[in-house]
Amino acid sequence: MPDYKWPAMNKRKIMGTRVSRLDGPAKSSGRAKYPSDMNPQGLLQTAILVSPHAHAKIRSINTDAAKSMPGVAGIRTFVNAGAEVQWANAEIAIVAANTEEQARDAVRAIKVDYEVLPHMVREENLAKAGTRAKAAGEQITGDPDQALKDADVVLQSEYGIPVITHCCLEPHGQVSEWKGDAINFWPSTQAVSTVGNQLAQALSFDAAKIKVTCDYMGGGFGSKFPADSWGAEGARLSKDTGGRPVKVFLDRATELTIAGVRPSHFMKVKVGAKKDGTITAWQSDSWSTGGFAGGGMAPIPYVYANIPNRRMNHAAVSLNAGPQRAWRAPNHPQASFLTTSAITDLAAKLNMDPLDVFLKNANLTLREATYKSQLEKAAKMIDWKAKYHAPGEGKGTIRRGVGIGVATWGGAGHASKCKIVLHPDGSVEVELGSQDIGTGTRTCITMVAAETLGLPMSAIRVKIGTNSYPASGPSGGSTTIGGVSSSTRKAAVNALEKLFEKVAPSLGVPADQLEAVDSRIQVKGNPNKAMSWKQAAQKMGPQSIEEMGENVPAQAPREGLNTLGASGVQMAEVEVDTETGRVRMRKLVAVQDCGLVVNPKTAESQVYGACIMSICSALFEERVMDAVTGRVLNPDMEFYKLAGLPDIGEIEVQMDITPEHDARGIIGLGEPCAIGGGAAIANAIHNALGVRVPLAPATPEKVLNAIGNRRYA
Amino acid sequence: MQAFEYGNPTTLKDAFGLLGSNWSDAEILAGGTDILSLMKDYITSPKRVVNIKGIKELGGIARKGGNVRIGATVTLDDLASNAVIRASFPSLTQAALGVASPQIRNMGTVAGDLCQRPRCWYYRRGFGLLAKGPNGEMLVPNGENKYHAIFSSGPAYFVSASTLGPALVALGASVTIASASGNRSVPVEKFFVSPSGDGQREIDLKPNEIVTEILIPAPATKNATYEIRERELLDWPLTAVSVALRLSGSTVNSASIALGHVAPTIWRASQAEKMLVGKTITAETAEAAGEAAVANATPLSQNAYKLKLTKVAVKRALLQAAGVKA
Repeated sequence: MPDYKWPAMNKRKIMGTRVSRLDGPAKSSGRAKYPSDMNPQGLLQTAILVSPHAHAKIRSINTDAAKSMPGVAGIRTFVNAGAEVQWANAEIAIVAANTEEQARDAVRAIKVDYEVLPHMVREENLAKAGTRAKAAGEQITGDPDQALKDADVVLQSEYGIPVITHCCLEPHGQVSEWKGDAINFWPSTQAVSTVGNQLAQALSFDAAKIKVTCDYMGGGFGSKFPADSWGAEGARLSKDTGGRPVKVFLDRATELTIAGVRPSHFMKVKVGAKKDGTITAWQSDSWSTGGFAGGGMAPIPYVYANIPNRRMNHAAVSLNAGPQRAWRAPNHPQASFLTTSAITDLAAKLNMDPLDVFLKNANLTLREATYKSQLEKAAKMIDWKAKYHAPGEGKGTIRRGVGIGVATWGGAGHASKCKIVLHPDGSVEVELGSQDIGTGTRTCITMVAAETLGLPMSAIRVKIGTNSYPASGPSGGSTTIGGVSSSTRKAAVNALEKLFEKVAPSLGVPADQLEAVDSRIQVKGNPNKAMSWKQAAQKMGPQSIEEMGENVPAQAPREGLNTLGASGVQMAEVEVDTETGRVRMRKLVAVQDCGLVVNPKTAESQVYGACIMSICSALFEERVMDAVTGRVLNPDMEFYKLAGLPDIGEIEVQMDITPEHDARGIIGLGEPCAIGGGAAIANAIHNALGVRVPLAPATPEKVLNAIGNRRYA
Repeated sequence: MQAFEYGNPTTLKDAFGLLGSNWSDAEILAGGTDILSLMKDYITSPKRVVNIKGIKELGGIARKGGNVRIGATVTLDDLASNAVIRASFPSLTQAALGVASPQIRNMGTVAGDLCQRPRCWYYRRGFGLLAKGPNGEMLVPNGENKYHAIFSSGPAYFVSASTLGPALVALGASVTIASASGNRSVPVEKFFVSPSGDGQREIDLKPNEIVTEILIPAPATKNATYEIRERELLDWPLTAVSVALRLSGSTVNSASIALGHVAPTIWRASQAEKMLVGKTITAETAEAAGEAAVANATPLSQNAYKLKLTKVAVKRALLQAAGVKA
């Protein structure tokens, strides 16, 4: 078997260097065309009619008036009479018309008769949830009752983090063209190679005849895997209208209501410890909702999972609210917030520096040495020693504080196939049915191929973004770079082997004595016995070399190209105006390992983005539900608040690149870096104020309510 | 949005001819930062939209008699960068800069700021300005009211969205309103009204009228605006306080304190104004004025925190205006 191993760290020429995103100029200049930019000839625009009720039975839908409206080309319904809708803004019908305005006007002419049914849309008070709350069953380890009795100190506390919504810059949607027996589908997707199969299933259509194209996508974060009901109805509208292309992109209000949320998580907890800070017991009662289907338990206690005595109970609360979708590290940010808040408050009760408590209990994690070293690195970056003070200690109305968040994640590489074609003219093509996402799929694939073939990046043409290329998995679980880099590496090694066979006779050595370096094929270690890549390519004859490489997740750990298990620590410094409750970010630092880092520059970018998302959810984001009307009150970018540049403060990222981490292969980064920041910020606020703001986000309202009558001067 | 007719007059006379006697006949377009979203969301669906930006006499900032005149279509950016305004009315400059979006400052106009509709999320979701539920129940008092009024006895609980309102009220400014039948002048303070029934607007303007200018009397005051919002990026203030002080030396002869985003109108803190007369602005007197400003507040179920914020904003605005370090 060929040797696919990554080149040694010190031998790499391209991998590990700081390369700017190859598609950056196209994106920043607007030349990159996203699915929502697709406007094929004859395009029909659409508008979707959504339910104004959070829970209702549909008695009838009448589209007659809408059909005869100007410009209307087609109407379809998502549901029929008799169906029940379980959340407001659930999709009811869709109109295709020549212009968006005509479609929107026509949608308003559709008459729906609803039987309005009782709804429940709030879950922060579990006692009010009644039968909507379903217990998940107790998990118990050791003897938590005895351990809590024996503990020197027991912290008892409550924390909560609300539902937040996906907020992709490019909303969910697709352009479809169903002509004859073939469908062209341009979805904004993080699953180029699987979304067409889903569409085929929904339409009972031949998957082989669906061509999916998505050269660029404007954000997914876990919410853009499915073909979606509106994708299927968009395609059907195209068929209904004789194959006219149909564009369906959700408007912002619908996007923020039905295109995926991150579940809430609330927890009542007791944590027991010895005087010296050793954590001995954990008992939590938690509940969460991700919509009508309820919500699973976050992995608590988080990272510090091996507390010897623990009891966890959880209830999933079903609400009449838009459904959850994976949101960058599903349930981990909540778990980090809940767990590190409790550990930080426990430290306060012990009169200990929380950093010491996190360090002391690192044996409760799966990677003690890594967490210890990352805690120390992050502490240095934030200057913990100088900045930490006892909670609430300080002078003046403006107070500063520092806090800690931790993260863990799986990662590794998804199933991925790559085809590499070496042409006799020396050009190289790389094809993968993967998507442009995260750390820069195109850029990293190019780097791996160039590194392996001994060519400059400019010599490699990478083609992704369609299901006509060999399939790669969806971009979920932080597995894309691991998957595509491994398959590219293997394809490139395989192709080189074939090229060596062609070239070996001319250089007078067996093929396995050759190597590709600096755009040459040469006898290993001997640049004098060499020929240029171009000359070598000519030895192929007229036929190109086509080789495949495949990453098979079950085999990957043996091959050493990618593996599971990332760790990270984030620390925040905040400033709190104790009179106004305003929290300002001063600094957020992130130490993140993800094994072998293909491109430190785009990796850091990924972490910067995750830090900004963490700031948004820690300080601003909350889906506001109205109990009476059952509606989301802030499905807009005005009251669904995200941070702007002046809200972000300084961010410092340190990729934890060490020979030990590198030797593990590629792990994946998208999710682990989006976990600990929010927790760190919440804990920094506690350090500044000496009181806990138990509910996120830390808005002036929540901060002032937590401060109560306490005076700061 | 509903299809509409577009009018583009260049004189006031032509503009009057294009307006109607009902709001559904015609709406005025200046910067368009609010009206377009209202139309897209079908909150308002006028038959005609009348662009007044082509009417020259509605522009310009100039001294006029004892006043400074600000034309209705002056943009927030022009206002913020105007040297006369900055020198005499820093409170107004600060308020304009509080609209933390260059794009909106470039488009939004002074009169548009006064005439924009409230941001109440029930209103913007189609439940009406007085926010009533499916059975006619009032949605705000026991609903999601963290951004709503702390000074209101109902039935309106939204807060005025005006950014410039507090500064203009504190400075004693007036608006000139024109119609085919002539001009009338209304103090900015009286321009904002709290509607008591469905179908009423929150400003003293009829569908056939146009705000043409704002006049600010020029006597020297020390003035300042202090607003508190959740984020630094463009955001609606949770509270905004503007003060104008007439001083003899360091003694207050008279004080105007106007509160924004806490009531359906711009709210005058008269008790606080009175108690400052004859006093010097210090951390203590400013704090006491803050207490007095919210003494009669009637917070709703979720917004008592806005009392604290308003108290602090009054204190900080006073200290800033008087140039006193806390």
